[in-house]
Amino acid sequence: MKKIEAFIRHEAFDEIRDKLAAMGLPSMSISEVKGSGRQGGYTESYRGAKTTIFMRPKLKLEVVLDDSDVELAVDVILECAHTGEPGDGKIFIIPVDDAVRVRTGERGDIVLAPHQEDTPA
Amino acid sequence: MRQRSLHLGVLAALALLLGIPALAAAAADGPSPTDIAINSMWVVVAAILVLFMQAGFAMLEIGLSRMKNAGAVAGKIVINLAISFLMFWSIGFAIGFGDGNNFAGSAGWFLNNTDAAGDTNSLGLFDFGNALAAYNIPVEAVFFFQAVFVAVSLAIVFGTMLDRTKFIGYIIFGVVFTGVIYPIVAHWTWGGGWLAQNGFLDFAGSSIVHLQGALAAIAGTLILGPRIGKFRDGKPQAIPGHSIPLAILGVLILWLGWMGFNPGSFLGAVGYNFADIAINTNLSAAAGVIGATIGSLVMFRTLDVSQMGNGAIAGLVAITAPVAFVDPWAAVVIGFVVGLLVPALVVLVDKLKVDDPIGCIPVHGVAGVLGTLAVGLFATRERLDALGLSGSSAGIFNGGGGQQLWVQFYGVAATIAFTFTCSFALFAIIKYTVGLRVSEDDELAGLDISEHGMYGYPEQFIEVPGAFPESGLSGATQSTTATSSQ
Repeated sequence: MKKIEAFIRHEAFDEIRDKLAAMGLPSMSISEVKGSGRQGGYTESYRGAKTTIFMRPKLKLEVVLDDSDVELAVDVILECAHTGEPGDGKIFIIPVDDAVRVRTGERGDIVLAPHQEDTPA
Repeated sequence: MRQRSLHLGVLAALALLLGIPALAAAAADGPSPTDIAINSMWVVVAAILVLFMQAGFAMLEIGLSRMKNAGAVAGKIVINLAISFLMFWSIGFAIGFGDGNNFAGSAGWFLNNTDAAGDTNSLGLFDFGNALAAYNIPVEAVFFFQAVFVAVSLAIVFGTMLDRTKFIGYIIFGVVFTGVIYPIVAHWTWGGGWLAQNGFLDFAGSSIVHLQGALAAIAGTLILGPRIGKFRDGKPQAIPGHSIPLAILGVLILWLGWMGFNPGSFLGAVGYNFADIAINTNLSAAAGVIGATIGSLVMFRTLDVSQMGNGAIAGLVAITAPVAFVDPWAAVVIGFVVGLLVPALVVLVDKLKVDDPIGCIPVHGVAGVLGTLAVGLFATRERLDALGLSGSSAGIFNGGGGQQLWVQFYGVAATIAFTFTCSFALFAIIKYTVGLRVSEDDELAGLDISEHGMYGYPEQFIEVPGAFPESGLSGATQSTTATSSQ
């Protein structure tokens, strides 16, 4: 069981979500984050005074997957989030010890398996 | 300025020519009820437009403040309007527009419409001052119009002081400013005081309303000091407002309100071409936007939207004094020049280490001075004569020589000396008694929570925005998996 943490551009998300969902991986979380990296900051001019914004807004996408799905998901993110310019982001893959479904108390890999009733209409 | 028009005589002559004895008689006896009704209708509508300018100031100042202070700014505008009406009704109107000496009026307290001889005018016409006694309009309409003007002036003061001022400081200053300081200066010109007698012209208040507000604002910000973080190592920092769209909505509401502010300042409609005033006002505002846009591009290499809005207001403020006395081309020149200056002046104010979050000093102060002086440059003899202003001269560019410019100059100088001194003293008294500035902790937390106990935008600050006590939405989200069971 692995967790993918991908820092991506906002505009890449919709396509990633659609493709992961189509692959049967609908469970994910996103959060608005600010970060700095090779892309650098930008300078804002407000009423003649300049301010440099060092941290740019990015989207953090988190998906927990079975080991066998990790490469598929990474490929999807690479395909959709890549522009070739600095600022495309990074993907981190982190081992996960265990998982618990809050509603039922189930543990382990079963938590990641799609529900029968969840199959997209 | 606001002199009686000749329309009654013209009307009477016309009526005689056409052989309508009834109308001729009515005109000879005094204002007809129809005239009074038409005048009242327009002036009250104009006053309502000016009242709406409070919404413009609210949106402009909220947009250019930070989110943690937005609610406090809203509250400040409401208290500003309340203080203005109550103080102007009780004492301000009597000092400003009542009969008295050349310095201040002293009749008509609480809008008591009784003249010096003890007679109450049955028509309700304005009859307790020499200066405006000739107007064919009820005193209540004049009061309403002038009361919303003082609220505009006070809104300017409060805008520059946002993000760091104690609410009680606003209240004490507002009471004295609207009750005494503003009315005295208004009396000099509009109440028939010494400036009016010397031919000083300020049609709708570039100096009386806007410059006075800016002077008090400068006094206030000097005593308060800049917001925390505005100057770091001596360099001005950007403290961006949280909503440019709201700020521009405010500018556009102010622009609309100005269609009452200037054209309504004839204090009448019959016999006045107030649409002409609306044209000059719009032309100057438009030229102000263009000027500020070019200025921003030259100064900052960017099209600063808040500066474009400031340019519109600067054009409006500057044309307010000369609007009835100058031709449209001059209105364009006046608006363009002050608009062009705005971005440079904003930088200059920053360089002087003065914190002026909404650009009030360039927009209301400098534009107010330049607009008042512009009368001495661009006024035309024809327009002055049409308004019966024989005591004033045409401007330098229209063959009138420097006489009017000199009168305008000392009128402005007197206004600056009086209003700045009084305001500075008053703010200093407030500072050393009840205190003018909030504590550092309160300022950092934001005035919304520290002064008012509630946020303007609570969901930005509470821990779990979107939490529903009854989990009302969880059922809805599960409806797609309604068949799932445990």
